[in-house]
Amino acid sequence: MSDNSKGWWDRLRRPSTRFSVLGLLGIGFVGGLVALSGFLGELHATATESFCISCHEMRDNVYMEYKNTPHFSSKSGVRATCPDCHLARAFVPKVARKAAAVREVIHKVKGTIATREKFGNHRLEMAQRVWAEMKANDSRECRSCHDAKAMDYAKQSRRARLQHIRGDDQGLTCIDCHKGIAHQLPDMQQIDPSAVIGAQQ
Amino acid sequence: MKKNICLGIALVAGCLVLAPQSAVADEVKSLRGNIDIEAPSLPPEVEELIPDQKPIKRDYVKQPPLIPHKIDGYTMNAHYNKCLSCHSWANYKLAGATKISPSHFVDRNGNELANLAPRRYFCTQCHVVQTDAVPLVENTFKPVPALQK
Repeated sequence: MSDNSKGWWDRLRRPSTRFSVLGLLGIGFVGGLVALSGFLGELHATATESFCISCHEMRDNVYMEYKNTPHFSSKSGVRATCPDCHLARAFVPKVARKAAAVREVIHKVKGTIATREKFGNHRLEMAQRVWAEMKANDSRECRSCHDAKAMDYAKQSRRARLQHIRGDDQGLTCIDCHKGIAHQLPDMQQIDPSAVIGAQQ
Repeated sequence: MKKNICLGIALVAGCLVLAPQSAVADEVKSLRGNIDIEAPSLPPEVEELIPDQKPIKRDYVKQPPLIPHKIDGYTMNAHYNKCLSCHSWANYKLAGATKISPSHFVDRNGNELANLAPRRYFCTQCHVVQTDAVPLVENTFKPVPALQK
């Protein structure tokens, strides 16, 4: 037993005889500060478009498609970048998404979507995941810019007005209709066979 | 040989006689307009699409209806047709849109199909969007009395 008291666990458990409480608190405080700022810095650095397109999977596929859409260039020049639509503003869901991104690292290493063809093969699955996510959070990221309460229906075009009012009444959310607005849609045979050539209804 | 030379002289003479007529050619306007070859041509005016209006009346029987709204960025490929997300029979009610005609479900041999005929899939081959452009030439076409207001 006395031998065990010299084990690393017991040493950790024993009060310090060398450092003062204030010194230990100071070390803990400074260490914590460094770790926290590192964490926040990392969180900030990985929430940028340049980080997203540092992988060719994003740069060559979805980024190139997005460059032809109004979220990239519009008459007023307001731009929404990747994290504006795909990453929550609030801290907790943001960190949760970052944690979930581990799977993306795994598939990056495995090369699951390493070519255009492979990307196409997985597009439906990936799109459905994003749609489900947006549906579940009531299109939170859309609404952080496009606030329904701030929309002037009278200024919208005839069709937009009718559809938006009806959508609101039916409790629909943005992504229910506005799919594929910034990237190419997957093969929609399974989603809407009435809108695909040669699909069996 | 002599005959050929004579013919040549006659041709040259003929060209010289006809030369004043090339002034007529000067009046023909090129597509660039009367702009010097060295000068940059004027950029064409940007015609804006009419954003949204009520369905446009047809001018003759079986006219493919004109598209009364913008279709910027609409996908129309082998995987999806954005137009059909509102105009297909499955979707038109929810979207409050005009449904595609039953004629679009028939192949060229007259067989009725279960889904849109592939030859009818690419909507903009017949249905076109409208801009605010002034017509280049006057059009005196009038619809038959049955279609007039």
